[in-house]
Amino acid sequence: MTAPHSFVEIRHAQKSYGTLEVLKDISLNVERGQIVAIIGPSGSGKSTLLRAINDLDPLTGGEIWLDGVQVNKALPHRQYEKHINQMRQEIGMVFQHFNLFPHLTVRENVTMAPKLLKKISDKEADKLAEEQLDHVGMLERIDYYPAQLSGGQKQRVAIARALAMKPKLMLFDEATSALDPELVEEVNLVMKKLAQEHMTMIIVTHEMDFAASVCDRVLFMDQGVVVEEGPPEQVFRNPTQERTRNFLRKHLEGAK
Amino acid sequence: MDTELILKVYPYFLEAALITIELSVLTIALGLICGALGATARLSRFKSLRFLGAAYVSFFRGTPALIQLFLLYFGGPQIGIQLDAFEAGVIGLGVNIGAYMTETMRGAIIAIDKGQGEAARTLGLSRSQAFRKVVLPQALRLMIRPLGVNINAQIKGTALVSAISVVELTYTAQRYIGSTYKPFEMFFLAGVLYLVIITITGKGVAYLDRKVRLPA
Ligand SMILES: Nc1ncnc2c1ncn2[C@@H]1O[C@H](COP(=O)(O)OP(=O)(O)O)[C@@H](O)[C@H]1O
Ligand SMILES: [Mg+2]
Repeated sequence: MTAPHSFVEIRHAQKSYGTLEVLKDISLNVERGQIVAIIGPSGSGKSTLLRAINDLDPLTGGEIWLDGVQVNKALPHRQYEKHINQMRQEIGMVFQHFNLFPHLTVRENVTMAPKLLKKISDKEADKLAEEQLDHVGMLERIDYYPAQLSGGQKQRVAIARALAMKPKLMLFDEATSALDPELVEEVNLVMKKLAQEHMTMIIVTHEMDFAASVCDRVLFMDQGVVVEEGPPEQVFRNPTQERTRNFLRKHLEGAK
Repeated sequence: MDTELILKVYPYFLEAALITIELSVLTIALGLICGALGATARLSRFKSLRFLGAAYVSFFRGTPALIQLFLLYFGGPQIGIQLDAFEAGVIGLGVNIGAYMTETMRGAIIAIDKGQGEAARTLGLSRSQAFRKVVLPQALRLMIRPLGVNINAQIKGTALVSAISVVELTYTAQRYIGSTYKPFEMFFLAGVLYLVIITITGKGVAYLDRKVRLPA
């Protein structure tokens, strides 16, 4: 084990489900404040890779490092649980289907984890909720239940919930794919705002325009491998690989 | 129909109905405890516990409750279990309904979207914190109505203990037939009293369900 140099390092990530190899030796470095987009066809392993970073889907091989600490280090069960719960507090995740807690109000969705894990007072928790919800433009809905919100509003609350843990890294798995087209922009704006604040982010997306406008780097994945990676101008305008060109062409046709 | 006779005997039936209520409350309480333990076992990380839970459910759902009751009450002394009829009734039927409640509770828990637990774990909650704070509160809401179905079945099921001579509603009806020779009146009266108990309980379950329902 050599000490890592980048803020986020994925080293030779490998993942199999039985005989199906879903991730084949993927390596990726992300510097502090960088924003990386992952694109690729459905089933190429984008979600699996993202979910390996916080160990929701543990790798079968390889290492994940965040800020000098190995996320998936080998430890006895109990110690590992403690370690991974700690690591996950530092890695925010936003899901395609929001996964807000329907039995809790917007405020409680945001404060539940900080109250439980950081032992902050009710007063501090309220302040935190107000700050985070204001940040995503959802302060007026603080005492609503998730069922009373639109999809875009739910996703903004889900982002606020993740940010309330003050993560070092944010992961987005197709955060806008489940939204009606007219609701996509409000979520994109929040993500752009995070980009301006230099949040380190890894974003799985189908929105090439969005990826081009906010990301420092784009990864094209297909069948469990990174086929091509580079700055958005290069990957989108001058892809070097045939598979990337095919994907982008199909995608453009689909978007019309 | 001999209404005069009904008016004469009904105070005794009311007393018997109290025993039926008592049996219902105790068996349902025991059933809920067994159900919670059973569901925990069925959903455990440990294979041996899962096996035990599955064996419990399949035995108690796969054999007649009456046989289980006889086994405990008549067969018990042979293996050193001495219970009076009431005790045997409570334990036998409570453990029996617990098997059904195990499946009800487990069903509600696994019906909660996997993404809920994942979102909680992603924030850093432990397995048990995610379960207690996120999955269980939603599952509890979901299990109220199906548990109501189990409870309904159990109230009616208390009639089985008449077979081991516990003096509850059904046994009382049978006893009064012996002296009055009016089975229609006696069973009708008992039936009405069951209906009253079940209706009130059903309303209670519906009320609880409404009370904890989330705003849509
Ligand atoms: N739990 C699982 N068991 C078996 N195969 C899985 C599982 N999860 C994902 N896969 C498979 O892994 C591959 C990659 O899936 P995924 O990472 O979700 O792709 P993407 O997010 O790029 O659409 C797919 O072929 C999918 O069927
Ligand atoms: Mg996916």
